[in-house]
Amino acid sequence: MFTFIFRRVLYLPLVFLGVTLIIVLLMQLLSPAERASTFITSPAQLQHIDVVIKQYGLDKPWYNQYWRWIKNAVQGDLGYSRVAKMSVAQAIATRFPRTVTLALAALLPIVGVGIWMGTAAALNRDKIIDQISRVLAIIGWSLPTFVLGIWLLVVFYGGLDWFQPGQVTVADSIRLSNLTASGVFHHYTGFLFLDALLNGKFGIFLDVIWHLILPVITLSAVTSAQIMRVMRSSLLDALGQDYVRTARSKGLAERVVNNKHARRNALIPVLTVSGFTIILLFNGVVITETIFSYPGMGSWLADAATQLDYASVLGGAVFTAVVVVFANLVVDVLYALVDPRIRYD
Amino acid sequence: MDSSADDLHTAPAAALRESERGFWRSKAMKRFRRNPLAITGTVIVILYILIAVFAPQLTYFQLKTIRNTCVRDLGLGMGETNKIVEPWTGTFWRSIVAPPSSCFTIPRASYSSVPAPASGKLWLGATSGGYDIYYGLVWGTRSAFYVGILVVGFGMLMGALVGAIAGYAGGWLDNVLMRFVDVVLSMPNLVIAIVIVTILGQSLTHVMIAIAAVQWAPYSRILRGDIMAIKERDFVDGARALGARGPRVVLRHILPNSLGPLLVIASLDIGAIVLTAAALSFLGLGAPVGYADWGQMISFARDWIKGPPGQPLAYWFVSAWPGLVIVIFVLGWNLLGDAVRDVLDVRS
Repeated sequence: MFTFIFRRVLYLPLVFLGVTLIIVLLMQLLSPAERASTFITSPAQLQHIDVVIKQYGLDKPWYNQYWRWIKNAVQGDLGYSRVAKMSVAQAIATRFPRTVTLALAALLPIVGVGIWMGTAAALNRDKIIDQISRVLAIIGWSLPTFVLGIWLLVVFYGGLDWFQPGQVTVADSIRLSNLTASGVFHHYTGFLFLDALLNGKFGIFLDVIWHLILPVITLSAVTSAQIMRVMRSSLLDALGQDYVRTARSKGLAERVVNNKHARRNALIPVLTVSGFTIILLFNGVVITETIFSYPGMGSWLADAATQLDYASVLGGAVFTAVVVVFANLVVDVLYALVDPRIRYD
Repeated sequence: MDSSADDLHTAPAAALRESERGFWRSKAMKRFRRNPLAITGTVIVILYILIAVFAPQLTYFQLKTIRNTCVRDLGLGMGETNKIVEPWTGTFWRSIVAPPSSCFTIPRASYSSVPAPASGKLWLGATSGGYDIYYGLVWGTRSAFYVGILVVGFGMLMGALVGAIAGYAGGWLDNVLMRFVDVVLSMPNLVIAIVIVTILGQSLTHVMIAIAAVQWAPYSRILRGDIMAIKERDFVDGARALGARGPRVVLRHILPNSLGPLLVIASLDIGAIVLTAAALSFLGLGAPVGYADWGQMISFARDWIKGPPGQPLAYWFVSAWPGLVIVIFVLGWNLLGDAVRDVLDVRS
């Protein structure tokens, strides 16, 4: 088990090198002047673009640039983000916690609705709850993030005005920047909902949660539906196994058989899918954040792409890759903990 | 009396009858036909294919009344537009097989920044900028298939190449190629596509390249596995014993045996590919403004989330119709894909 984790961690730098190499090679399709734009922070520098090219060695062969890029990246220097008007590393530091908040909040319905409804459907096969969950699964599965997001926004913001886009309301956002400027509000963690609680601003905390509701529904619909389907079919599979019949014939309570014997085994395929799901979730984050003007990594990446802000796109993409690979590692470790049958050699 | 001899005769005969039944009456197809969801999916997908094929005829009314350059580029003068719906003319077939690219430009009913509701001329209304929603959705179906088929084709070509090399060569080359595949698959495909489109520039072709750049990876992995298995079979040894060299063995003996299943799996991906392309267009990274494309059609809704004061839902049609077209399309492919995988018993 330990060697397995160790090996997977060793695999991380390989993925990192692979992803960065691909991105730096793609960068070679740009002209040196375009590449230089990732380092330009002020209009004055535009007059001396040759200097910037020389300074960063952008006219050197690709392997020189790659080495340089890696050296800078390891030191946290990913260039300057025009869209965010700060360094790429700073932009990631402020935006990543927001995206994590959104993704973690989306895990609640994914796990809750997906696993709970999948279980309920399998245990009550062909009854009403099974039929309902199957219809819901087909609908949720077919609702692309951008369609669902727009529809929710049109109905609940445009029509009913219950929810607004953004991270907090405009009033709260102004209040927040005033409080921060006057030194009353401290950003301890970078997670606004935590910071609001730590500062005792319960109103802002509620506002943050309120603004998360629509994005979370949008982000989790497809994934919840998929997890529900997998959970249902794998639990049905497990319930038909010999060990479940044995457990039942031993006279164990139905609840114990279902929860301890069937459900635990049925979770294995669900975990397999969730590794893949994390990658899907990141696709969803880009679209969801853009629709709801949520100031996280995804909307930043999309904005940067439409405004040809190369530094942000490349830095954001590399960071995303690292996060996704890490998340997959966690899933693999969980997988190993849940299923002792898997051998790792 | 002589039952054992009888068995010997009937067994191959039964097997023969099974094979004589053909594809449509095979057990797998029977299972497929009995599944109502599979039939629904198939009907939906066929419907969309028909819409894509007959896009010129379905938009005949719009072409006649709003006249974009499409009609001119088809070589039709004033009053000749009806040739598009007359199957005995060459124009009818030309508009289906090779319509000029200008047909993909959505005709504009006006240049108003406010969406227009449905009326006699505008069957489903117009978006902000006066783009005809009905026209955009019908021709958008065509561009969706265009993107889907090209990306699957290119992805399969590339996947077959990499998979064949890795599977046949084995050893370190296999290792390097498969680790590369791992790296590609470990990235969210939308993020890779965003990077590629940003660097190459925004156009539909670049969107296709960006999606294909990820799409080949799973195919190469599937094909590699198949080839590794087929490589060990006797007929490959036979071919090699007869003096066939590496490339010939792969191309003539191994690939034809493993491409079939891959083709089925890959074509089921068209739905997902169309969705990714639509998502990129939605973000403003795809086709130019005014090009018939689903993602762009629904992104017009973002201009007017709120209607005028007092009628907040006045512009519902801008998000409802494109959304519905996309959702039903995805539903169709999902149902079809699920049923086919069920029949083939492919576990992914």
